[in-house]
Parts: sequence; C-alpha cells; structure tokens
Amino acid sequence: MNKLTIPLLATLTALALTSGVALAGSKDVVVENAWARASIGGNRPGAAYMTIHNTGDEAVMLTGLATPLSMMSEIHETTTNSDGVSSMAPASKITIAPDKRVELAPGGLHVMLMGLQGPMTEGDSFPLALSFSDGGKITVVVPILGIAARGPEG
Amino acid sequence: MRRRAALGYGAAALGAMGLTLFVGWWRVDGPGAPEPPGRLPLKLTEMDFRLTDHEGQRVGPETLVRRPTMVFFGFTFCPDVCPTTLSDISGWLDALGKDTAQMNVIFITVDPERDTVEAMAEYVSYFHPAIRGWTGAQDQIARAAEGFRATYERVPIDGGDYTMNHTASVFLFDAAGGFVSMIDYHEPREFAVPKIRRALEEGTEGAT
Repeated sequence: MNKLTIPLLATLTALALTSGVALAGSKDVVVENAWARASIGGNRPGAAYMTIHNTGDEAVMLTGLATPLSMMSEIHETTTNSDGVSSMAPASKITIAPDKRVELAPGGLHVMLMGLQGPMTEGDSFPLALSFSDGGKITVVVPILGIAARGPEG
Repeated sequence: MRRRAALGYGAAALGAMGLTLFVGWWRVDGPGAPEPPGRLPLKLTEMDFRLTDHEGQRVGPETLVRRPTMVFFGFTFCPDVCPTTLSDISGWLDALGKDTAQMNVIFITVDPERDTVEAMAEYVSYFHPAIRGWTGAQDQIARAAEGFRATYERVPIDGGDYTMNHTASVFLFDAAGGFVSMIDYHEPREFAVPKIRRALEEGTEGAT
C-alpha cells in the first residue's frame, strides 16, 4: 500500500463507522399500514393507526408526532377494565425494541389528532411526521378511510 | 381465685371468637358487604327514563319491549372505541342478515352536552341503518345508565376539552325485556354473533 491509501482507508473506515452509527436507530424504522378514520366535521378529534417496525438492532423511542392537519397529535391508549369500562389516556413514551413491531390499532394504542384544522375526508390523505429519540424523523402519508373502517383495508 | 381467673379467660376467649364471627359476618354478608362487582342490568320493564332518538321522537325503555334489544353507551367525540364498537356491531348485524330486522339496536350517548339530536343523526348515518342514536337531558341519561348498570365519567384533557370514560359492553335483552347477556368490548365476532342469536331466539319464544 502506498502512503496515500492508508489515510484514505482510515478516513473511509471512520466514515463507514460514523454513518453506521447514524444508520442505526430511527433510520431502521419502517412504518407499515398507516391509516386514519374520516372525521365527522372538524370539531371532533381524529384517530390514526399504523404498525411501527424497528428493523435495526437498537431500541428506538418515539418522542413526538406532528401533522399540519391537527394542532396537537399524541399517542393515546384505550384500556378497558374488568368492569367493561373503557378509558383513554395519553400513553407513556413508546419504545420499539430491536426487530420488534408496535401496533397502533383500534381499541388500543392510537394517534389522537386534536384540534383538527379541517374535516378528515374519506379518500384524502395527510402527512404525519414521527420523531425519535435519536433526533431522526420519518414522515408517512396516511390515507383517510371511511368512518366505519376497521383496519388498513377498510 | 384460680377458677375465677380461668372463667374470666374463657369468657374473654368466647367474646373474642364471637366478635371475630360477627366482624366476619358484617363484612361478608352483613351491611358491610361490598357491592357485588357485576350487578346485572334491570329488566327493561323496570327501567324509567325519557330520551329523544336521532329522528326527534320521544323514546324510553318501553319503546324497546316486544322486540329483542341491543344497547350500548358511547359518545360521538370518541375517536377510537366508539367508531370501533359501532363498526363491530354493523359487522355483526351484516352477519345476522335479515334476522336483525326485528331487533332494536340502540346507541345511548353519555355526552348529551355535545351529542345533540342532530349530532347523533349524522353519526349513526355512517353505520348500519338499524342502529338508532338516543340522547337527552343529563339526569335522564344518568337514570338510563343506572338501569343498565353502566358507568360513565367526564375526564378533562389538555386544552380545556374533555373525554368520557364509559362502559363499552353491549347489553342484550329478550323481547320480554329481560337481560340475556353482555358482549364485551372487542369480543370476537364468533362469540358475539351466537349471543345475539340467543337473544333473538329467546325473543321469538317470548313473543309466541
């Protein structure tokens, strides 16, 4: 090897290492089957669902949600107790373990869209940005299905 | 002296035993007994409340007698559980087909402040046409919930808004107004549909 290739290799290795670090975490997150329910008018809160898949080998934490469609978006969780009483409350921070999926589905975790800027109309879609603990951000386009939809297929 | 002491101890022991038994009775069967956790809904004929359906008609429990009935509580500002329940019920009704023509399917709001007759009318129009929406005065909603042994509670959320915690089970009654069974929230269709069939069958027997 000549004098030039050694520092070059070193630089390349360093680059590969740092980009490798940057690639871990939220870069390995894939959002699958996102969908939302149409709202009745713009006064009621809306709900969106999806599966967040961490394909990497480091846990990632979902720290925030944002969409131009609503003033405030939060992960909420519906729980039903042994007396059959359902309640809904903001969920604590969601951590997705390596190689795991977290499912946001009706009757459990969901994105609660509060302060809608307009009605959510069936057939439309909207962008939703998910922020993660490592500073990464993923934006997904969420299709709006009918109000009676039960899953991503309608 | 010794005998007297022994007698004294004996009496004290008996007294302690008696007290223990009494305390036990008080807490298990007596006035101190806890409310049974799963109190059953009253018969529809024993309930008393006045509400308005989504078409503006005056309704009450007597509206439901003579046909099998399915009742559930919710509110239209509920983004997750309520549309899911209404959607589930719509699916059950589709699976039951024409048998549901002879059934009452009633959605009673626990949030009459926001759920006006018009709001209920618009909301139910998105689901199975058999589903009817009932609303009314706060005290009448409270009386209805008491009859069904359902509970609800207003919970403030950020920004001055509020949400409602509420019983999410579906109550089934036969045509005579007697309580048959309950479908829990998120119970799979293969359990829900036979329960509804049973209410329908008991209803038919009751009517003949």
